[in-house]
Formats: sequence, C-alpha cells, structure tokens
Amino acid sequence: MNKLLIAFLISLLSNVLISAALNTQASAETIHSERSLYRNILVEEKRGLRCLKFNVKSAKTQQSCMLVDDPQRLVFNYTKMLFASLLVNPNPERILIVGLGGGTMSNSLHQIFPDATITNVEIDPAVIKVARSYFGFFENEKVTSVVQDGRIFVKRAVLKQQKYDWIILDAFNGDYIPEHLMTQEFLQETKALLSDNGVLAANTFSISDLYDVESATYKSVFGDFFNVRNKKNSNRIILTSEKPLPQDSVIAERAKALTTILRPFNVNITEISRYMKSTAIQQDWPKDTRLLTDQYSPANLLNLK
Amino acid sequence: MTNKNNKIQQWQNPLIYLLAFSSGFCIMGIELLGGRILAPFFGSSVHIWGSIITVFMLSLSFGYLAGGKLSTKSASLNRYGLIFIFAGIAILPVAFSSEWLMEAIFLAIEDTRYGSLLASMALFFIPTVILGMISPYSVRLLVTDKNKSGQVAGFLYFVSTLGSALGTIITSFYLVLLFEVNNIITVFSSILILLGLSAMVFNRLNQPTGNHESISRQGATNE
Repeated sequence: MNKLLIAFLISLLSNVLISAALNTQASAETIHSERSLYRNILVEEKRGLRCLKFNVKSAKTQQSCMLVDDPQRLVFNYTKMLFASLLVNPNPERILIVGLGGGTMSNSLHQIFPDATITNVEIDPAVIKVARSYFGFFENEKVTSVVQDGRIFVKRAVLKQQKYDWIILDAFNGDYIPEHLMTQEFLQETKALLSDNGVLAANTFSISDLYDVESATYKSVFGDFFNVRNKKNSNRIILTSEKPLPQDSVIAERAKALTTILRPFNVNITEISRYMKSTAIQQDWPKDTRLLTDQYSPANLLNLK
Repeated sequence: MTNKNNKIQQWQNPLIYLLAFSSGFCIMGIELLGGRILAPFFGSSVHIWGSIITVFMLSLSFGYLAGGKLSTKSASLNRYGLIFIFAGIAILPVAFSSEWLMEAIFLAIEDTRYGSLLASMALFFIPTVILGMISPYSVRLLVTDKNKSGQVAGFLYFVSTLGSALGTIITSFYLVLLFEVNNIITVFSSILILLGLSAMVFNRLNQPTGNHESISRQGATNE
C-alpha cells in the first residue's frame, strides 16, 4: 500500500516537473541543431527533459520529448491519447507509424508488443538520424524505418495488398500540414490498408475551419469516429476503425485489462477512455461542410483563420 | 473608312500585351497547381518541385526557340491567336487525363524523382512549349522600329512577367481556397482559347484595309 502511495507521489511530482519544463523555455540548452531538406531540427534539453523541435520561435512545435533518465515514460498527452487505439483493437500485430518524430512511440510500442512488427515512415532522413542519436530510437528485426513520403508509402502498400492492425498518422504539427495526407482519397487508401480489426489513429492540430472539413472528410470515409481530446490541448486524436466502434462496456473492460501494462509508460488508460467521444453521439461540425479531396485541399490556408 | 480602321488599329498593341499578360498568368498558375496534381502520386518532397520547375524551364526554352522561328514566316495576329487556341487545348489533358497517366507512371517507376519528372514531362511539356512561343512572337508583332526593339521587348517582358507574378499569388492564395484544381485549369484553358479567338476576330476586322495598315504603321513610326 505504501509502495503504491510513493509511486503515486513520484508520478505526480514528475508530472509537475514535466509540465514546468514544457512551459518555461528560457534556459533550455540546445544540444543539437541542423537544417534539413525540409525544416530546422533542434534538440533542446532542460532539467533532464530532452525535446525535439522543428522550429525555433514557435512554442507549439515540440515534436517529441523524452526524460533522459526515464526514456520509456511518455511525456506528451497526445502520445498517451494515441493508446486509446488499444481500446478499439487490443492486440495489434502489424503497426504502421507515419511521421517518426523522436521515435518514442515506436520504442514504447516495441516494449509493449515485442512480437509486433512496427514500420515507421518518415519523409526526412535527418529526423531519423536525430531520433537514433538523441532519443534512443532503435530498429531491429521487428522495428524498421522507411524514408518515404507517407502518401507514396501508403499507395505502394495498397498495391502490395499489405494490411495493418494499427495505423498511426502523426505527420501533422502545429506549423505545417502535409495537405495530401488530409484528403478523402488518402483516407480511402489508408482504409484499404486496415486489417479486419484494424484501427486508425490520427493526431491532428486542426482549429476552426480546418476542424470542420477534416471531421467531415474522415466521416465520409470511415463513418462515425471517436474524438479523443482533453480540453488542455489544441490537438485531438481521431480514432476510427473498419468495424463499428465498440460499446462503452467493452471499452471499460479493455481499459481495465490494459491498466497495468500501460502504467510504466505513464499512460492512464482509464482516464484516456473518458476523453473518447463518438461522433455518433455528438457531431460538432455543420452537416453541409465541404470535404477535402485531392482536387480541393487548402488545409494550411483553412487552418490560418 | 481608313479613320475607323485606324481606331481599331490602335487597339492592336494593347491587345497583344493583354494576351501576353494572360499567358504569363496562366503559365505560373498551371505550374503552381502542378505541385498539387503530382502530390497524390509522387508526394510533396523537394524533388517534386525540382521536376516541375525543370520541365517548365526546359519547355519554355524550346518554346522561345520555336516561337522565334515561327515568327519569321508571314507573322500575323491570326497565327498569334492560333497559338493561344492550341495552348488552351493542350492544357486540357492536365485536367482530364492526368489521373490514369500518373497512375501508369507510378506503377512503372518506383523512384519518385524520375516518376515525377516523367509525369511532369507528359503533362506539361507540350502546353508549356506552346505557351513559350508567345513571347518571341509578340515581339515580332510589336516591333516596328529597330531602335525601339529593346524597349518594346522590355515592356513585353514586364507585362508578361507581371502576369506570371499575379498568376502565382492569386492561384496560391485564393483560387485553391475556392475552387477545385481541375476547374481552375479548365478556366485557364478557356481564357486562352477565348483570347486566341478574340485576336483572330480582331485580325478579321482589320482585314479589308490590309494595305492601309502597313502605310499607316509606317506613318506612325516616322513620327
């Protein structure tokens, strides 16, 4: 009992420290910076918290953070919220991650599912190098990374009739959205990659006008989906699957089974399950919203307003 | 009669400048949309823009060569209009046949660099060569005085490159927010065809006084 209390206190304390470090940027030390083909890459460290950033000025653009002394603890809320996917499909064997960041998600998932194959797709080779050198990102016979545009990877995978049990779309950040990864056609291609139990989780940063068109586009391809978000963050996870969304009772049961497995990663799955809202119950965008297609995809312009 | 024709005649040069402006506008509008058109099949990496810009520069250079050559043999506003009509027709496949073409190239070539280069070639080479012919041909129609040829060419480049700048910003800032890519391409095509037709109609209106034309022009340059 005492042990549990101490564990609780430690987790509380470290959460406070993490949020303090994330919020104050002043004395962060830059330990690596480079200009890649696509962006500026910065690795900053402060009080044991190491972060990957894609832009100097903006505070929104921390891609991935890691506690140097405790690398498996997940820091970001959105990374944690991605685990809501396991409430839809608890046993993914083939995992596809589009957008590597620091590779922390890949590392954690390999620890949780050592037998699952994990494919990371990242457009920028420099990001993969930085993830390896500074964030402990590793590859082995189960975990691989591919340097490719996400859209091309998906299109080729469809041709090869590959299937995935869990697809994570994490190629969006606060500053720039790859517009060809937002369209109805892309989502249809991605849907074709989902296995029978497959689940898709997209981490998105849409606000205002883009929120509406993005939601409408996902619904047009997948039907109703789960919005996973807490009020603190500007991003949300869109969670959807080939099968109809599971009932609340099933979700609660799965959350219970996953609690112990996910605790070492600082993921409170029961809390996250409460953030899930099905669009079947609440649809918060206008019915006649225009869809994003390959013909019409001004995602970044829509996100400006 | 001569007086009336002179009145029409004085609108010839502004018409040529308007056409050159519009072709500049359309070239860059299409080039910009090229990125959008290729992205679903070849991604949005830096080399996609490399492919597109290479093909546009290459085909413009051939266009300049061909346009200059063409202008040496009985240059007329009629033929000038025809170039626009051909250009307008040649960009229509960008809107209506790009899908299967890019799919075939996507299946045949694994490397997106060469895939996107070939797709850009297939889609944009012919229309851009034709559009490139317009500048030297315009110079031929506008220049009447050797001493002013540099000034005329300078003003023509000014007008057509201004058109390119506006075509770029208006397409990327506003048109993509309002319309589908194919609709914008179709509008560009229609504009080129209509302008080409109007040049031919204008030429027809001037026709009966073909002889007076050269005389009155001569007069104008001597002033």
